[in-house]
Amino acid sequence: MSAGARIRLEGLKLAFGDMSAAEVDLEVRPGEIVVLLGPSGCGKSTILRALAGLLTPTAGRAEVDGEPVGGTDTVCAMVFQEDALLPWRSAARNVEYALKLRGVPRGQRRQEAAELLAQVGLEDFFDHLPGQLSGGMRQRVQLARTLATRPRVMLMDEPFGALDAQTRSEMQQLLISVWRQYGTTILFVTHDVDEALLLGDRVVLLSPRPAVVREIVDIPGPRRPGAQFEPEFARRRYEILAWLGDAPPAELSPEGA
Amino acid sequence: MTTTPVSQQSLKPTADPVAGTPRPRPGPRTGLRPLTALGAWPRRLAAGTRAALPLAAALLIWYLLTANDVVLWLRFDKVPGPVEVFHTLKGQLTSGGYYQDLLASLRRILLGFGLAALSGVAIGMAIGRSRVVHALVRPLIEVARPIPAIALVPLAILMFPSGEQGIVFITFFAAFFPVAVSTIHAMKTLPKVWEEAARTMGARRLSVLAHVVLPGAMPGIFSGLSVSMGVAWICVISAEMISGQFGIGYYTWQSYGLLDYSGVIVGMLSIGILGWGTAWLVERLGSRVNRWLPRNAR
Repeated sequence: MSAGARIRLEGLKLAFGDMSAAEVDLEVRPGEIVVLLGPSGCGKSTILRALAGLLTPTAGRAEVDGEPVGGTDTVCAMVFQEDALLPWRSAARNVEYALKLRGVPRGQRRQEAAELLAQVGLEDFFDHLPGQLSGGMRQRVQLARTLATRPRVMLMDEPFGALDAQTRSEMQQLLISVWRQYGTTILFVTHDVDEALLLGDRVVLLSPRPAVVREIVDIPGPRRPGAQFEPEFARRRYEILAWLGDAPPAELSPEGA
Repeated sequence: MTTTPVSQQSLKPTADPVAGTPRPRPGPRTGLRPLTALGAWPRRLAAGTRAALPLAAALLIWYLLTANDVVLWLRFDKVPGPVEVFHTLKGQLTSGGYYQDLLASLRRILLGFGLAALSGVAIGMAIGRSRVVHALVRPLIEVARPIPAIALVPLAILMFPSGEQGIVFITFFAAFFPVAVSTIHAMKTLPKVWEEAARTMGARRLSVLAHVVLPGAMPGIFSGLSVSMGVAWICVISAEMISGQFGIGYYTWQSYGLLDYSGVIVGMLSIGILGWGTAWLVERLGSRVNRWLPRNAR
């Protein structure tokens, strides 16, 4: 099994009733981190939900490695913003449930859950209930649980949105190191420009609802340590912020790319 | 850099991927508190004293009112006092019939309540989760719900081969609705994200029901079970008074027929204590199952 899968969204149309939520064409290379960035409420998350099989598109196609997305397959796993853990299960048992769904025999689950939790730095918290963990730790458990399904695509819906700046930065580093290890394709939704620039190979700028791809920003030399202190980073950040603020500077027209 | 990680063919990690990431430190709480710690006993003793105090006060007032034959609009001169009742109780405790009555009532309660709990949760979940079942079954439930279970006594006598089954049916009927209705509500208030997370991990319908929906609905279900247990006692006793052959309700009513008023009070107290005991059991089981609720987890 190769690590990351290719994603193709072709004329994908999503709607809630008569309200159009998104119309997207996008191609994501295997093992790439693509960040969807757009104003809040623009329908970024709906795109992920369609890929996760939680929402049926009204038109167009969503393909993962050439296979159309449908129903529940574990190729695409989703990391939610918060509180998606089952609160009555301990950290380890949350991960074990994912392992059980993957078909791991009962006897091996504990061991494998322990390994996964150790990977996200939670070796001392196996038996803690989610309610006894901090927000950052809960997201670590969620990450471990998602990895337990051996996904080829990770769909991340503002996973660090509810965390404080320090924890968020730790989680971003953790995500990158896990991604280096597993090489999954990651589709990451955020409204935080810094986060987008720090994580992504490419940043997809979406218009307000219905979400349409307006601009794709390539990040040369992505995820370089200290990149956020370089003038290039600041310039890009300014451009994107200006664009999001609906006042595009001359060199970055909405029709560009 | 974008596609190079694909070279790693196995998903199994080969090295510690988070060597450079700071790890959270374990806090002072390193596990769940054991449920029966030795240190809990003094606390329980204090709680027991607190529960006994109002009961003792009620006993004292009862004694004073009856011993002095108080007549103040309410007439206590014919009401048996605690001493008299105690002697009757002592007599009952040495007779086999009393235990037979207690066991008969308990058996009916457990059967009726147990059936109601199982079917109430199952039907409640079906109604809460399926639009078709909701459309088909909800009207039936809404029509049947306002009917007092006791109004079913004539029908139960007609339909069931023995009075015993009739009483269990009436108890079941009364206990069913609180469970079913609270289960339906629990289905509606369940956070959607739990189920969605399970589905994106590959969970099928049955797995979602067993591992996500049912445990998540337990707090709501147990509040229904508590109400249901209370209603079950009311109905089992009333049904026994009307059509029973044994049972503590039957005993109480029979004592009244024999003008044995202290027997009536022995019956009432027995019902009170049994009801308290079963309510405690439900409560206890509930806090065990729902240990994860925020107020219990901390």
